[in-house]
Amino acid sequence: MLNFLQNLGHAGLKRVAAVGRSGQMLAQAVIAKPAPLEMLPLLIKQIYFVGVLSLIIIVVSGLFIGMVLGLQGYTILVDYGSEQAVGQMVALSLVRELAPVVAALLFAGRAGSALTAEIGLMKATEQLSSLEMIGVDPLRRIIAPRFWAGFICLPILATIFSLVGIWGGAIVGIDWLGIYEGSFWANMQNSVDFGEDILNGLIKAVVFGFVVTWVAVFQGYDCLPTSEGISQATTRTVVYSSLAVLGLDFVLTALMFGDF
Amino acid sequence: MRMRTVEISVGAFMLAGIIALVLLALNVSGLNLASQGDTYKVYARFENVGGLTPRSKVTMSGVQIGQVTAIHLDTEMLMAKVELDIHKDVDYLSIDSSAQILTAGLLGEQYIGITVGAEDDVLADGDVIEDTQSALVLEELVGKFLFNEVSE
Amino acid sequence: MESFEDVIIEIEQLSFARNERPIYKDVNIRIPRGKVTAIMGPSGTGKTTLLRLIGGQLIPDQGSIVLDGKNIPELSRKDLFEVRARMGMLFQSGALFTDMTVFENVAFPIRVHTDLSEAMIRDIVLMKLNAVGLRGARDLMPSELSGGMARRVALARAIALDPDLVMYDEPFTGQDPIAMGVLVKLIKHLNQVLGHTSIVVSHDIQETMGIADYVYLIADAGVIAQGTPEELRKVETPQVKQFMHGLPDGPVPFHFPADELSADLMGAGR
Repeated sequence: MLNFLQNLGHAGLKRVAAVGRSGQMLAQAVIAKPAPLEMLPLLIKQIYFVGVLSLIIIVVSGLFIGMVLGLQGYTILVDYGSEQAVGQMVALSLVRELAPVVAALLFAGRAGSALTAEIGLMKATEQLSSLEMIGVDPLRRIIAPRFWAGFICLPILATIFSLVGIWGGAIVGIDWLGIYEGSFWANMQNSVDFGEDILNGLIKAVVFGFVVTWVAVFQGYDCLPTSEGISQATTRTVVYSSLAVLGLDFVLTALMFGDF
Repeated sequence: MRMRTVEISVGAFMLAGIIALVLLALNVSGLNLASQGDTYKVYARFENVGGLTPRSKVTMSGVQIGQVTAIHLDTEMLMAKVELDIHKDVDYLSIDSSAQILTAGLLGEQYIGITVGAEDDVLADGDVIEDTQSALVLEELVGKFLFNEVSE
Repeated sequence: MESFEDVIIEIEQLSFARNERPIYKDVNIRIPRGKVTAIMGPSGTGKTTLLRLIGGQLIPDQGSIVLDGKNIPELSRKDLFEVRARMGMLFQSGALFTDMTVFENVAFPIRVHTDLSEAMIRDIVLMKLNAVGLRGARDLMPSELSGGMARRVALARAIALDPDLVMYDEPFTGQDPIAMGVLVKLIKHLNQVLGHTSIVVSHDIQETMGIADYVYLIADAGVIAQGTPEELRKVETPQVKQFMHGLPDGPVPFHFPADELSADLMGAGR
């Protein structure tokens, strides 16, 4: 029994130490005087790798999720004679919940794990050390641009996800299932509020972007510099950031849409 | 050469994001770009506001003329006091206008419909609408129905 | 301790422990200027750690590392940045930046530390690549290079700023004979021609002894022997002798600790 408690305590302390290290890393990478001239090309390159290359999976997933929502929504609402509300349902589900959350989960899986693996590999091949020896801070040169890129890209990806999803729902609802186009859009426009729904969804995406990228970048930076270490780190990135996204989603939803 | 394609695609990516946001704002949320600035406040007391919430629509003959900004409990009269923001150019609401809480569709949200009365004087900023009709409560309806059935 | 005429690095009473395991305890080392000094010893004794301590990547628990009058562990970030311009380090795996061409890799330290024009940078990079024989490979990506070539490019990068001190971390490990020969020749040749100080960390006796002017043998968190290659070959201490001559058994035992063989066989047989 004592052994178990000791192990538990040890594991807990290790976790806390890791969180502390990750906070330190973030502070050193992000705070302190920015050097926009040299950072900008690095940032642009990272936005390409992290954002542009994630577009396909985001667009395709968004389209299919929107279409499924349209279909399922129709089959449920038609029993109440309220099938014109499909547009409203699809739009609200996407904008408030599905776009930020699903985009964040897909992002964690695709871009997050790629970031972790890349940074971990740079650590294992001593590229980070040699940067230091030449006198360049790897946190500013390698970590910071990747962090900002992730932070900027996820809200953009989530917005595109919403748009494509709503369009998918519209195709299914209007063209396939025959809902009247006018009431589809009118109901949607009447019930979706820019400030409450769209902006809140964006805020969620920004928070998720911060968390997912932070986890991904830290796991790469902190990993054991062996091939096993890197694979463990990528797994941890996907698992931790997914759990964090889902947990934060609950908290944010309660704060934004609950009655507090 | 390679750097140029990267820069172009990043620019296109960010542009796509901004366009998506604008499209969402306009087509999905029906954001009204026209200035909504000038409004005046009118109050109405109801016995039961039902599912009315702040930001619910205020309409006349089905056309939106403002929105609900706040709902409080009037502790003196023990009724609900609803604060309405009406557009400044809707200045023809007579002081005997009536406000009714209506429901849009079967599952729909609730809104306030205003019907103009016969008086010459109009409502000004801060005035109270006296003639109000509360929301329909399902239990009362059922009760009335049963009562009518029984009495036959 | 030998007194050299000119010492570039003076390490005094250095103590460093990692995870409660002492890597160095009260170690004193003096690196002579302009010569090739070898740091040798069995694997895992912390030879690479010494290079990182000199380079300022790690801070010792105790002691001083004085490079030309400056105590490295106490330098401010700005001063450390300037000192690093005078050091070059060749990592074990080369550690080239995988997203840049060979040219860009060698140009990197120059861009970081100086404001030279593109034309000047081009000339310097081509000269350095020429010194290691890889001028023609300047547009290749690191993934297209063989291991030996990658190390030579890393060497060109290490000397890009004409540093006063070049450190080599296990440069001969895992190289085929030709690549090894090339590297050995380059290290000695550059040391003589460019006049910098070289520190070579290795456990390859033959190659290292061939080019070293002075050798430190490190084991058990301290220096167990030091001297010129000839002096070291004559040392009779068992530990030193086992290492220098590659003897399979001695102070570092052949057998991993275990019970008596007879006890093991008898016990299992039942």
